Amino acid sequence: MAQIKVENLRKSFDQFTAVQGSNFTIEDGSFFAMLGPSGCGKTTTLRMIAGLELPTDGRVLLDGEDVTFRRAAARDIAFVFQLFALYPHMNVAENIGFPLKCQGMRRREIRGRVTETAKLLRIEHLLSSKTSKLSGGDRQRVALGRAMVRRPKAFLMDEPLGALDAEFRHLMCGELRDLHDRINATTIYVTHDQLEAMSMADTIAVMNGGRVEQIGSPQEIYDHPASLFVADFIGSPPMNFLNFQDRLRVGDQVVNFHEARITVPEIREAHAEGPLVLGVRPEHIRFSDSAAVKGRVFGAEYLGTTQIVTVDTAYGRVAARLPSNLSAKIGDTVGLDFRSERLALFDARSGSAIATASLSTASLGVAGHG
Amino acid sequence: MADVTLQNVSKRFGTIEAVREFSLAVKDGEFVVLLGPSGAGKTTILRLITGLERPDAGSILIDGRDVTDDPPGSRDIAFVFQQYSLYPHLTVYDNLAFPLRSPARRVPEPLIKKRVEQTAELLHISSKLKNPATRLSGGEMQRVAIGRALVRDPSIYLMDEPLSSLDAKLRAELRLELKRIQLELGATILYVTHDQVEAMTMASRIGVIRDGQLLQLGSPREIYENPADRYVASRLGTPQINFLPARLIPGVPTPTGTETVGVRTEHLQIAARNGGSLIGRIHRVEHLGEQNHVHLEYKGEMLVTLADPHAPLDAGQDVELHLLHPLYFDAAGRRIPAVMQ
Repeated sequence: MAQIKVENLRKSFDQFTAVQGSNFTIEDGSFFAMLGPSGCGKTTTLRMIAGLELPTDGRVLLDGEDVTFRRAAARDIAFVFQLFALYPHMNVAENIGFPLKCQGMRRREIRGRVTETAKLLRIEHLLSSKTSKLSGGDRQRVALGRAMVRRPKAFLMDEPLGALDAEFRHLMCGELRDLHDRINATTIYVTHDQLEAMSMADTIAVMNGGRVEQIGSPQEIYDHPASLFVADFIGSPPMNFLNFQDRLRVGDQVVNFHEARITVPEIREAHAEGPLVLGVRPEHIRFSDSAAVKGRVFGAEYLGTTQIVTVDTAYGRVAARLPSNLSAKIGDTVGLDFRSERLALFDARSGSAIATASLSTASLGVAGHG
Repeated sequence: MADVTLQNVSKRFGTIEAVREFSLAVKDGEFVVLLGPSGAGKTTILRLITGLERPDAGSILIDGRDVTDDPPGSRDIAFVFQQYSLYPHLTVYDNLAFPLRSPARRVPEPLIKKRVEQTAELLHISSKLKNPATRLSGGEMQRVAIGRALVRDPSIYLMDEPLSSLDAKLRAELRLELKRIQLELGATILYVTHDQVEAMTMASRIGVIRDGQLLQLGSPREIYENPADRYVASRLGTPQINFLPARLIPGVPTPTGTETVGVRTEHLQIAARNGGSLIGRIHRVEHLGEQNHVHLEYKGEMLVTLADPHAPLDAGQDVELHLLHPLYFDAAGRRIPAVMQ
């Protein structure tokens, strides 16, 4: 297994820059997710690490060794695609063993490796089955097996669960993470689905417009988003953004939100008078008649124990996650109280988070840009 | 608007019984969602109501009138499909006006204009009326498709997974919009989906169906809190309800005949060991932001519970389990009322 290091990696296609100088290190044995919308450069980055694409600039290091210009086949990395093509005329064991057969390995050795791989994936009972008879999940497992059997240094996965429906996808996430814990292989996983990334990864790199916006553990990224983009991309429903105008001084614990004064985590970074955004996660909102921010209930969505209540305020629509036994009728006027210590502040112009006591500048782990 | 009733409707395709003895009454102004996996017979039920399929047995009534033998055109129904098929060569305005311009209807042009503008307003697409239909985002196209049904003021709207081709964010937005429009218009809607969130968030009543049969009909809260059987209990709630064989929890009192005990994830409480008899081991803690999913192992069974994201829990730790509001099921999966012996 291996450590993967990416240094100032950049890729341009003619005028268009797909990846703008990324820097990050993926530690040996860790599960690293690259998360972002389509076109953010995550797949291009992955393909450069795999050797399927040559970078315009920068280096890729595998266990400290520069492999930037080495062919994909010589990198000892396994790639798992979204559309897993299995050989229809071979059974499961032959499909899994195929990469070894191509390497010219002896039949007995292949059989041992295939059995061992199938055991890890818990598909031993399917080894002699035809691939056309398999369920979607089992086909995915076989595809993984074919990648695993070579015992590569790292696994690169490009939206491998993209084709599955939501409930099954979450189930497979649990399985993939369990598998990762069993074999401890360095894994890079590309997805646009925040839930997949949150569910599986040790570290997430959120990408936007060819740049890495933030790198951190799922909880760090959720609790302390470095930018409006990250805050909006992670969480469902996403963070609420309320625009206001103010001047911030270091040590302030209250902001002037329109006519109201709202308590926030202590400000650690001064900000000249200008447009700001108050960020509030839906679960950090309570109804309170005495609250300064008032609104009308637009909709209430029952989800079992909780409900998502959407409230129209003078500052935009706000989603709150509340217990479902709380009455919220459409048209009701309600006051919205925010959990002060969990509020986030952003500069509306740059989109960057403003450092507060809950969010030190250090934890704004933004990777260097070229 | 009107109510729609299906009485003991059955439909068979060759050897497959797609719909079996199906009875359902959708009341005027109600939003009923049929929830079931693919192949459960959802779409067939909609096609039977429209008249695109004829039932083998049973009858269909719209506003008390038996329409079982009426052709589709005379049933006064609007249908919204999963794939929004707009006319690519027409503008948004003309797409919306199209159903009203049908020679069978003869709606005067000024009235068409009024209806189209009202509908566009309702769907927040007024600024796009002059756009070609192809120059819209996915969400806008689906709004136009829904709008094409809305301009007509039919007795009932039938919707077949209209949001499933949209991305998650848009789907969440349109769920809210659709519910608002339904309330504003007092529209009667029968909506089919395999997505439990759509069912829970929009329905006045949910009908859970499987293999062409209606298993339970009730408000989202009734279905969630009071499921009639094991399948219904597992169909609603994410993560899924936990099931434990009763024989594995000898210390917990259960009604006679209980085979399985169901505990929703939010009702499975964990605590530090303190003399309790049910001890589970944490297998994995999944950080999802606003809460953690804690995966536990208890006597070989995998269970899931919810925890505060900042709770100090780690894999390998032993914890005590407490079951709140357990649901009891017999060997056939039927619910047993929680009356203690």
